Amino acid sequence: MDKFGSPELFFLLQGLKWTLLLTLISFIGGGVIGLVIALARVSSVRIIKWFATAYIAVFQGTPLLMQLFVIFYGLALMEINVDAWVAVSLAFTAHASAFLGDIWRGTIQSLPRGQTEASNALGIGYIARMRDIVLPQAIKISLPATIGFAVQLTKGTSLAAIVGFVELARAGQIVSNLIFQPLLVYGIVGLIYFFVCWPMSIWGSAMERKLSLSTQ
Amino acid sequence: MDGVSAEDQNVYMPREGRNLNKLDFSVVFERMDELLYGVMFTLGLSIAGIFFALLIGISGVALQRSGRKIFRIPVRIFVEVIRNTPFLIQIFFLFFALPYLGVRLSPTVTAIIALSINGGAYAIEIIRGGVESIPRGQVEAGAALGLSRAQIFQDVVLVPALRAIYPALTSQFILLTLTSSVCSSISASELTHFAQRIESATFRSFEVYFTITGLYLLISWMMMTILAIFGRRLFDYPNQ
Repeated sequence: MDKFGSPELFFLLQGLKWTLLLTLISFIGGGVIGLVIALARVSSVRIIKWFATAYIAVFQGTPLLMQLFVIFYGLALMEINVDAWVAVSLAFTAHASAFLGDIWRGTIQSLPRGQTEASNALGIGYIARMRDIVLPQAIKISLPATIGFAVQLTKGTSLAAIVGFVELARAGQIVSNLIFQPLLVYGIVGLIYFFVCWPMSIWGSAMERKLSLSTQ
Repeated sequence: MDGVSAEDQNVYMPREGRNLNKLDFSVVFERMDELLYGVMFTLGLSIAGIFFALLIGISGVALQRSGRKIFRIPVRIFVEVIRNTPFLIQIFFLFFALPYLGVRLSPTVTAIIALSINGGAYAIEIIRGGVESIPRGQVEAGAALGLSRAQIFQDVVLVPALRAIYPALTSQFILLTLTSSVCSSISASELTHFAQRIESATFRSFEVYFTITGLYLLISWMMMTILAIFGRRLFDYPNQ
């Protein structure tokens, strides 16, 4: 029976590297696609709006684990041979895009309608209206919820362990099976996750307080 | 132990290279009875989880509002720890680590405990938000009318607060139901677990998981509808 030493800790930290990388890739990718989804969801073209609504409903109504499995095996079925980390990133990106899209949809819709009407009256076009008027405000209001979702996403990437991707949770499983000390190993893994997620949570709630003070 | 590089990450990647037109759902439908059993089990896990999560949520908020530090701080720590660690690690901890402390639980019991604890932490946060939205004057009015502390908490604070946060609670509980799929990782015999069993027997991975995803979608839509009806019954102001 081995002891938990620096090689084991190093292995966990290597796993953490993949957790952070996976979160970052899917957050950025999900942010870009999510913006498109959010804009589509508030679009005045009915079919575009309907598609975005369905996209969000499907991702919010099914388990993240299933999304992971379906995209993972769907890629294999379509004979698209990509590396495991690409497949996993794609799945988390799709997941993040639906949730971020819905968060931003909510904040865009929370802005007073009069602003849209005023910009129409002033002859400001769609792109200028979104870029200069709607999105800057919407992004500011949505920050607490967006940060909250970043925490959810970081924790969610742990499910990649179930398909065998070696990130922090899977690294913990491997080490635990090796040295037979699940109490210690899962305790440490939990702590690492905690110290990654907690600062973000604190930041998010501080932002929320600041925002609610400024709107009062 | 060596580190993990990108090349190490493709071990489990399926490379079966089947063609799209060879999709075969018949093997999945042949075993529909197993899947339906899985659905029932998932629903059972979720209902138990929701019940205890609500219980944890309400008692957590009651403890927080008791005004005593010895109660308030542990509740705060519980909420922060649970909300900032993955459900997978929580369930692994309960299932693999607790036996070393002499607590051995079956997968089903572990799953229910894990779901209750996880859902409970979120429920505390949501209910607390609702309770804090109740104006102080309302509580004082209750006291002035001679209601007891328990009566005030139940009738003046809790029920109006639950009414205000019911939509948030509903989506949290649907999330709990969806999260229950992770319980397959400790082989609790819920829907995802049956999917994995069928998959390993038939190798129809995509077909199996695609069907299961549809079943989960149905479950969450059904729950949404039922909870909405339930909410109207429970919290609507009585009609004149």
